[in-house]
Amino acid sequence: MKSIAMRALIAAVVLVAGIFCLVPTFVSSPLPGLSDILPGKIHLGLDLQGGMHLVLEVETGKAVENAADTLAEDIKDTLRTKKIWFTQVARTGKWNIEAVLPSNAQLNGFDAAIRNGFPMLTSTSEKTSAGGTKIVLAMSPQEVGKLRTRAVQQAIETIRNRIDQFGVREPDIRLAGTDQIIVELPGIKDPQQAISLIGKTAVLEFKLVAQNVTQQQIDEHKLPLGVKLYPMRSSNATAPQTMIPLEDKTVLTGQYITDARVEIGGGNSFGQATIGLDFDRQGAKIFERITGDNVGRKLAIVLDGVVYSDPVIKERIPDGRAVIEGAYSDEDARVLAIALRTGRLPAPVKIIEQSTVGPALGHDSIRDGVLASAIGGIGIILFMLVYYSLSGVVADLALVMNLILILAVMASVGATLTLPGIAGIALTIGIAVDANVLIYERIREELRLGKTPRAAIDTGYERATITIMDANVTSAIAALVLYEFGTGPVKGFAVTLFFGLAANMFTAIFVTRIIFDYFLTERRIKELSI
Amino acid sequence: MQLIKPDINVNFVGWRNKAFLLSGAIILAGLITLFVRGGLRMGVDFAGGMLIQVKFDKPTNSSKIRQALSGLVSDASIQQIGSEKEHEYLIRTDTIHEELKSLSTVIGNALTKAYGPGPQVLRVEMVGPKVGRDLRQKALQAIFYAFLFIALYISWRFEPKVSSGLAMLFIMGLGIYLLNALNLNAEYLIGGALVVTLALCWFLRLPYALGALLSLVHDILITIGIFALFNKEFTLEVFAALLTLSGYSLNDTIIVYDRIRENRNRDKKLGFGEMINSAINQTLSRTVLTSMTVFFVILMLFLFGGTVIHDFCFAMLIGVITGSYSSVFVASPILIAYEDLRGRKKLPAPGARREELASGAVRGAGARRPVVRDREIKPVQLTENSAVSAVDLPNSATGQAGTATPAVGGAAVRPAEPKAARKPKKPRKQSARPAGARKSGA
Repeated sequence: MKSIAMRALIAAVVLVAGIFCLVPTFVSSPLPGLSDILPGKIHLGLDLQGGMHLVLEVETGKAVENAADTLAEDIKDTLRTKKIWFTQVARTGKWNIEAVLPSNAQLNGFDAAIRNGFPMLTSTSEKTSAGGTKIVLAMSPQEVGKLRTRAVQQAIETIRNRIDQFGVREPDIRLAGTDQIIVELPGIKDPQQAISLIGKTAVLEFKLVAQNVTQQQIDEHKLPLGVKLYPMRSSNATAPQTMIPLEDKTVLTGQYITDARVEIGGGNSFGQATIGLDFDRQGAKIFERITGDNVGRKLAIVLDGVVYSDPVIKERIPDGRAVIEGAYSDEDARVLAIALRTGRLPAPVKIIEQSTVGPALGHDSIRDGVLASAIGGIGIILFMLVYYSLSGVVADLALVMNLILILAVMASVGATLTLPGIAGIALTIGIAVDANVLIYERIREELRLGKTPRAAIDTGYERATITIMDANVTSAIAALVLYEFGTGPVKGFAVTLFFGLAANMFTAIFVTRIIFDYFLTERRIKELSI
Repeated sequence: MQLIKPDINVNFVGWRNKAFLLSGAIILAGLITLFVRGGLRMGVDFAGGMLIQVKFDKPTNSSKIRQALSGLVSDASIQQIGSEKEHEYLIRTDTIHEELKSLSTVIGNALTKAYGPGPQVLRVEMVGPKVGRDLRQKALQAIFYAFLFIALYISWRFEPKVSSGLAMLFIMGLGIYLLNALNLNAEYLIGGALVVTLALCWFLRLPYALGALLSLVHDILITIGIFALFNKEFTLEVFAALLTLSGYSLNDTIIVYDRIRENRNRDKKLGFGEMINSAINQTLSRTVLTSMTVFFVILMLFLFGGTVIHDFCFAMLIGVITGSYSSVFVASPILIAYEDLRGRKKLPAPGARREELASGAVRGAGARRPVVRDREIKPVQLTENSAVSAVDLPNSATGQAGTATPAVGGAAVRPAEPKAARKPKKPRKQSARPAGARKSGA
């Protein structure tokens, strides 16, 4: 048995370390320089400070489809350079690619080109008929898996960038499962803007407005080949939607954008917010060529499938700058600029879980939770005092230390305190005295058998320790399982419960024993106040 | 101060049949309600759907609210919560909106349109049906794993046979693998696993694990049954409470078992039932005190902790009551029932683990064997003297098995002789060992 002084030193060090860990949580601005060595602080969960919790599902299938579209374009380019004639190369079904050659004369050349240039594709069927040779190429499952994973990773990256630029304090964005993203935005003021920013796919395309398409053709949906109708963005929700015929081919995409910012009063917008775009060198070159080739035609700026504006190209634009008009409020323009700056989402997302806690409710919850816990805690402290007199004081000291340690551990690992977490702490207080009740009841029993205080305490602690161990382990198992399977607030509860049990073993058994030993050996007390 | 007199001696064990009846009746009532209602009323987190909590600044009623939200939610159930003058309402619907819109904004706008700027959306929760389904599976898995680990821990700590514990681990592992391979629903998985576990406890002679698990199932069934009776919503928080109270309820059970384990080695004069009853009485003061403190804390949270954790606390309150009740009236009497049912095969004594741990001795078959032999010799002596005919064949067979390892058994025979001569007639307790010993000997 180590000496009392030694054990007291250990307890004191733990206590001081515990208090040290709590400084950042309770003192708003610690001394300069101190904050570097101090550990983290306890974060309040969304249920306490208010905020929004979203679970997004990335439609990764769309990302694979996009990749298949791009592959089809790449194949066309390759075939052209190799002078292999084709009638059609396009995505078919979900993400197969169908190529049609005029005959099977160049089939070997085609196969070689695919084998060398596109190892992720394998030919699944080849059919030659009067119309030509039709080849279906399938993407390998590994490639599809890789594309899906990459889409989710990119989506997380993009959403994180957008949220950072939007300005939310301590956001939490992380992967859940294989294709889900959890987004937690504490204290968010404008959930609608945040959601529209997060979910904006932000696919920016420049397309030429089709010429020689009559209104009658539009009405009857009889459009020339390579022309499609796109809706025009309208400020008036009740007005019928205008459709604009655009050439299907995208002449320029948002991938060349280096910057997007809100400009007030630029272009023809008369004081309305517009978004200025800067292209990189390559983008600028493409832009210059397009504008140079098509002076007098209309160039539509399409964002997520909606035409924002279709200005007439007046002259060749060499400096790689463009302006998007028609973003109506300042806030809308700001969100749009962020979305364009941070790049497109690789695939659309949908919200599969959404919860918002208003700041008022969070505030009430903290107040109620802390009040109820305080009443419970004080009740127990008084009870222990009345029931076990001075020994009760010892147990109460252990209880307070237990509380400090739970919070300290939570702070140092940066855990999140949720409302069920507060309940968990209160519950721990209730369970924590259990250890001392066990020990004390045992000591009383031993005293009744006529043992000396010394012997009664020795036996009491020795016997009760194993019992407390066994009893706490089952609760710890429950807490660990809860942590593994729970989400959000429930995880917070499991964390406090687990740390509470651990701290309990230390304070109720180790710390209280030191006090008893001190009074027995140093003060040589003859009678226990228990 | 003392609430429970130290010399208290209530015959708890004597009430066991009535207690079993009472527990059975409550569980049955709960199950019937569950059956009639077609299952628990699942919260949005498990079932999918939408939950909206709104605070109005003036009195309103559910039909008005329903009208204001008519475009957004259908088939909404609307209930007032909190005190009358708070005008707080909880709106629950199966409608979900997966599009990229902030529901709190959309709902807030709809309410403002109908009521003016007064209403305040306190919280909105929307869960897609797939998420709810996933969570349900996860929750069942969690219960399953909690049961598994707890059963293993108790077998390890309370049963003297490490081999049985290992056999259980192995068979459980195999069972999980097979049940998983069959690709069953988690409902069947957990049911199947539970049956397998209990059957294993029975056949591997692990009565303590059996008792602990049965009382755990008892507590959980009663809590779920009461939720069904009150038609309360079963949410993720309530589920968390269930797991917590299973930890807590075991805590209680273990403390009584621990005392049984201790008395078993100390008091040899008492019969098995009396011994268990005295263990319950000795720990009664602690059981009552701790239950009171925990109950008090949760009651405070229930009364003052706010609406969000109300149901969580409700489940915990039931759990604390049933947890304490079951450790006294279910877990311990099951040990007696087990012995009655398994007849002469008898309950193995809780291991000598306590002494080993206390003295820091290495645990293992070798360290424990002398103790085991010491006790098992007695029936051998008795049969040889033909003093008691109640000790039947298996016991004499055990005696042979015991002497088959002469190095240990032989050494233990001598010290045991005088004891056996002194107290000749305790067939029930003395024969407690052989069942286990026979197995390891054979």
